[in-house]
Amino acid sequence: MTLLATHGLVRHFGGVKAVDGVDFALDRGEIRAIIGPNGAGKTTLVGIICGRIEPSAGRIRFEERDITGLSAWRRVQRGIAYTFQITSVFAGLTCFDNLALAAQRGVHGHRALEKEVARLLGRVGLADSANSQAGVLPYGHQRLLEVALGLALKPKLLILDEPTQGLSDAEIDHFCALIREVAAEATVLLIEHNMAVVMELAQRITVMDNGRILAEGAPEEIRANAQVQEAYLGP
Amino acid sequence: MSFGPHLFLALLEGTVAAFVLALTALGLSLVFGVMRVVNVAHGEFFMLGAVLAWAVSSLVPASPALGFLLALIASPLAVGAVALLADRLVLRRLHYAPEATIVATIGLLYILQQLVLTFYGPYARPVAAPISFRVQFPWFGYSGYKLVVIAAAAALLAATWYLLMRTRIGLVMRATQYDRETAQAFGIPVERVYSGIFALGAMLAAVAGVLIVPIQQAHYLMGLDPLLLSFITVIIGGLGSLRGTLVAAFVIGLSDGVISVFFSPTLAKIIATLFVALVLVFRPSGLFGSARA
Amino acid sequence: MRSGTGRALLLHLAVLAVLFGLQFVLPDYHHRSFARILVLASYAVGYNLLLGYTGLLSLGHAMLFAAGLYGAGLAVQHLAIDAASGFVLGILSGLALALVVGLVALRTSGVAFMIVTLMFSQAAFLTTLYFSAVTRGDEGFTLPAAARQYAIGDLFFDLTDPGTRYNLALLLFGACLMASFALVRSPMGRVLVAIRENEPRTVMLGYHTFRYKLLALAASGAISGAAGAAYALLFSYVGSTFASIQYSILPLLWVLLGGVGTTLGPLIGTLLMFYLIDTISGYTSAYLLVVGLALVLLVLLFPKGILGTVRAKAAPWLP
Repeated sequence: MTLLATHGLVRHFGGVKAVDGVDFALDRGEIRAIIGPNGAGKTTLVGIICGRIEPSAGRIRFEERDITGLSAWRRVQRGIAYTFQITSVFAGLTCFDNLALAAQRGVHGHRALEKEVARLLGRVGLADSANSQAGVLPYGHQRLLEVALGLALKPKLLILDEPTQGLSDAEIDHFCALIREVAAEATVLLIEHNMAVVMELAQRITVMDNGRILAEGAPEEIRANAQVQEAYLGP
Repeated sequence: MSFGPHLFLALLEGTVAAFVLALTALGLSLVFGVMRVVNVAHGEFFMLGAVLAWAVSSLVPASPALGFLLALIASPLAVGAVALLADRLVLRRLHYAPEATIVATIGLLYILQQLVLTFYGPYARPVAAPISFRVQFPWFGYSGYKLVVIAAAAALLAATWYLLMRTRIGLVMRATQYDRETAQAFGIPVERVYSGIFALGAMLAAVAGVLIVPIQQAHYLMGLDPLLLSFITVIIGGLGSLRGTLVAAFVIGLSDGVISVFFSPTLAKIIATLFVALVLVFRPSGLFGSARA
Repeated sequence: MRSGTGRALLLHLAVLAVLFGLQFVLPDYHHRSFARILVLASYAVGYNLLLGYTGLLSLGHAMLFAAGLYGAGLAVQHLAIDAASGFVLGILSGLALALVVGLVALRTSGVAFMIVTLMFSQAAFLTTLYFSAVTRGDEGFTLPAAARQYAIGDLFFDLTDPGTRYNLALLLFGACLMASFALVRSPMGRVLVAIRENEPRTVMLGYHTFRYKLLALAASGAISGAAGAAYALLFSYVGSTFASIQYSILPLLWVLLGGVGTTLGPLIGTLLMFYLIDTISGYTSAYLLVVGLALVLLVLLFPKGILGTVRAKAAPWLP
């Protein structure tokens, strides 16, 4: 069952074709990883999907409906959640306020909101940090808060942009366990450079290079793919 | 006087206004272009220039020419010093943060204006022109000094252009505007360049004030109109574009001069202010500008 | 209950109670001053909604205050409308102008927003001068005493009576204060603060930030208009000065001094600055010098203001 499909997506930046004709499709419930060398267009593609970047050409369908013209905030309300590559939590607010902001559209009443926020904090392992200022948390915890923000939106599609960057091994293990849990309720699309995480989590991998999709398939296929190896390691 | 000569007179007046506006607006544009700072007190530098010109020339009442010449040198220097002080004490400490700087320069506006009110008083005082001769056109006589203003302003604009485009100092300033970080990496003392630009901007406004004061009396509130017009000029000409500023100054100076002769100046100002606001909303880089974000 | 709400609510009610009690002990001059301060503090509360909570620095709020002032004043003077309807008209004028300006100006942010609001406000100021046949421009006009009486059934309000004035001003301020308190604790208030802190992130949490900013500006305009209308009706003078830049800078100053983004800050800032200027005016006509110095010093040394600093150092529960 296709959740998301793009047709002929193109994005120019001046003379550079960051995304050069991408037909990309996601099935409901899968965990998909997008990998590729720097400058391959991964973040741009994902930016177009969640509405932060306008495409120069092409269309996007989400749940059978065309969302190409929809503004970013509306796409969030339709169920697409994006966590930022560079941590973008509300540094000056407490973790509680951060999550309350994300969760309050779906919850009514202060008591219910408190419960929901507590649940989210517990889920990502930040139960003790409710009243801590988000900006003073250690980096790994801020990344977890980012994920929690995404979860609070009760998304159908959760997009994670380099979520494990800067995390310790133990934090990465915890993160993987969390994502596997999340995948039960939502489709997960993640951009990752950490191959171990990709192999561990992804059911399918999409490889991008120079704004195009180079290859797509199960992890073992991709691992054995000569073109992919060349793109990463050079000829 | 029939329409033709009336229009000619309006154009002459407009040309004088345009040149003076060009000097003033250039100062504002430089400061914004290089430092990314909006100096709301810019009009007060203009006013200070005029008031100090009165003060200096009243030291030499016997010879208006000498007094004026002294004023032309001393007044901009003094205003430049005031600007340097403001930069060192306040703006630099705020790290030129955009919103904080605007609020601080609003404070500076009130401080300068009210200090002048305290020491100079609320009255408008005239300054004698250094030269008084009349140029006789077939339809009317025109003040020769105003033509001198045009010549002087043109010369100063040319000199500033030369400074910016042909000297090492100008190169340093333009480099800092273009890419602050790289300039710093090349060993350019960015903070000193900023101080210099801020002072230069103030001095340009001050000179404009000195030039205008024999025509228009010195008064502590005279900085507000030039401020508004300079704003309009810089925004329409394009934030950060010197050429755009100059073109806009002439368009606006001329039309303001012409409109004020034929229509209500208040209505002209209303239209101008609304126009500027709309330009800023819909064409943020101005009508000509290429602002570097 | 949100932590600290009880304490905060009690504090606000206590402040209002003290203000109520003061009218019985203040000597005449201060009694009159306080009535004025309370109306101006309401204006500051409206301004703070936009600056302190949504993070938008407007340099053009005078046009909103003036919309209320002229809306009420002109209606009462030329259309013989009663005081209460004039007041409502004033609020609606502020609201309407804020919406119109907001639809255009909110496409910009930061410095551009400051300049755009400044320009619109200047145009509004010049308009009051241009139509001086009706508005009497700089000179202004005073509302006749007869227009400033109002009756509801058996209750009779005489707006020329100092006691009535004080209590109506207090009523206005109390309403604005408690409205801002409620807003700040509400889900909408949380969104406004989020917009101030990190607008792109707020968009990506599913909020149409433009709409929220417009709502904040509309609320700010309504409150500012209410303050303007009250000023006209209570103190009877309507003039162009209130539309000039000075009345855009003053609320900025009051809010900065009292504490940006605190509900009680506007009151403190207005109170202190009013008396400071009042005192200085006794010595010199250059009292705006104080305004200038205060702005520079605040921005340089004391950007959080009085209550902002108190909140940061000792009382994080202060709204």
